[in-house]
Amino acid sequence: MTSFGFLLANLGRKPVRTWLTFFCIIVCFLLFGLLRSVGTAFTAPPNLSGVERLVVSPKYSIIDPLPISHMRQVRSVPGVEAAAHADWFGGNYLDLGLAFPTIPVKPMEYFDLYSEYQIPQAQLEAFENTRTGAVASRGTAERFDWRIGDVIPIVADIYPKMDGSLLWEFELVGIYDRPDQTSGNFEDFYIHYDYFEEAKQHSKGMIGWIAVRVENPDAAAEVASAIDARFENSRDPTRTMTENEYNAQFAQQIGNIGLMVTMILAAVFFSILLLVSNTMFQAFRERLRDLGVLKALGFSDGQVARMIIYEALILTLGGGVVGLLLCYGLLIMVSPILQIYGTFTLDALSLALGLATALVLGVVVSAVPAIRARSAPVVEVLRARA
Amino acid sequence: MTNIIDIRSLTKTYWRGGEAIHVLSGIHLTIRDGGYVALMGPSGSGKTTLLNMIGGLDKPSKGSVEVCGVEIGQLKGSALAKWRSHNIGFVFQFYNLMDVLTAQRNVELPLLLTKLSRKERRERALTALEIVGLADRAKHKPAELSGGQLQRVAIARALVADQRILVCDEPTGDLDRTAANQILDLLEILNSRHGKTIVMVTHDPEAAKHAHECLHLDKGRLTREAA
Repeated sequence: MTSFGFLLANLGRKPVRTWLTFFCIIVCFLLFGLLRSVGTAFTAPPNLSGVERLVVSPKYSIIDPLPISHMRQVRSVPGVEAAAHADWFGGNYLDLGLAFPTIPVKPMEYFDLYSEYQIPQAQLEAFENTRTGAVASRGTAERFDWRIGDVIPIVADIYPKMDGSLLWEFELVGIYDRPDQTSGNFEDFYIHYDYFEEAKQHSKGMIGWIAVRVENPDAAAEVASAIDARFENSRDPTRTMTENEYNAQFAQQIGNIGLMVTMILAAVFFSILLLVSNTMFQAFRERLRDLGVLKALGFSDGQVARMIIYEALILTLGGGVVGLLLCYGLLIMVSPILQIYGTFTLDALSLALGLATALVLGVVVSAVPAIRARSAPVVEVLRARA
Repeated sequence: MTNIIDIRSLTKTYWRGGEAIHVLSGIHLTIRDGGYVALMGPSGSGKTTLLNMIGGLDKPSKGSVEVCGVEIGQLKGSALAKWRSHNIGFVFQFYNLMDVLTAQRNVELPLLLTKLSRKERRERALTALEIVGLADRAKHKPAELSGGQLQRVAIARALVADQRILVCDEPTGDLDRTAANQILDLLEILNSRHGKTIVMVTHDPEAAKHAHECLHLDKGRLTREAA
């Protein structure tokens, strides 16, 4: 038997309790890793290098509009190859609270910019030539069992029509595929900008954002700076970013994700701390006699205290490593699905932070039992048993 | 033969709620190396306290306790623990074995404090189990052993690090007569053949007959000494 074997044997005293605690710690660190990766993805500084497409959005909030006149100026920035504008229509399908992104676009220029979208040329031309026309992703069309020619009623929540009506009706003229979209839940529903612009009651001449294709991806950062510099002193300054960053900002509308992640993590760890502390205390009380015997056999107070700390560390570090490894594997699987929001991965800092947290957790939860074990007079402990 | 235990004017006083309780008063006791001494007396007479003093588990309020040439009242903390591991083997009434360990691993426990290799520790544990006649039960856990076998394992643990003194607190108190006699015979062998000094607290006059000397404690005083 080795000292480590003795520690493991002690942990095996109540195997069900030990495994449940271990599993709890694994889940805790799995959650830790996942939340850290979310936090990192949503707060990571943008990397513009090598990016082919950029998004020009209002500088201060993505819900602010931009004047459509920005389009002309963006197109004139050196390095910009093509540009297309879009907006957020909002609305609900069938007034049932079924929502999907409804986006007014100029058909030809938008589908030219997003050339990876696959749509039959005839359907694209129909979209261009039908002012009330719309095209849906295949996923959305299949979800609602839409066919070409169907009229899709959308109840607006931002843009009423000129007559005050909230009901907009669009004719489905095309269905597009997006082979690079791995999530299968890409739901963008495109409507014709000309019709939207003409029929909406307010915000005439305004758009939501501008998508830009750069001539040289290696110079994307310079192009982004040049675009923002162009509007720096205008009434509507811009912030140009990657598509992932823009998508992340969209998600951030539900709140400060970084803060939420931190608060969830704190709550989780506090709960785990209480749970594991309780387990350690219980185990300590049950083993008081054994600790007294060890002291009688010649184990020093310090050795007995260290033994308790090491046992806790085996649980927390072991659970931490397994949890973080599970998280790493899980992220490899799900990151392609979430790639439109950014890069979800367990970086070295998160890994180090996770292991450090496991270490601290082990020391904290075992501190009081270890101190008590150290100071417990062997005679009294043995007498208590008798 | 030299004295291995030399106790002079030993007094032990506990304080409970401001009241002094004199457990041992003015004890003088010498035990020679290789001796076998039984300590008898009514409950609360101070037998276990005296045994704890000899084993270095407790310290005197006054007087001196010299065991194996060391004044143990002067030792503190880890030095006292180390001294215990080298010199004293404990045998308790209720065996005090680790439920999660096999007999062999229970016996190996004190050897974790030595620099012996894993293999050497295992070999010495098996030798100790052979001495107590339980080599064939090495892989059994305490729950799979009888009371007498448990006490044999505890004795093997007490002698595995070649401790010079076995301190036994009611070693037969939890056993039937047959098992008790086997344990007492074993202790006698360890004393006569292996030269272990044995100090045994017991209520059992039959057990005390196995010792060379029988000391009686009453109200903290060593009242009678019999050969």
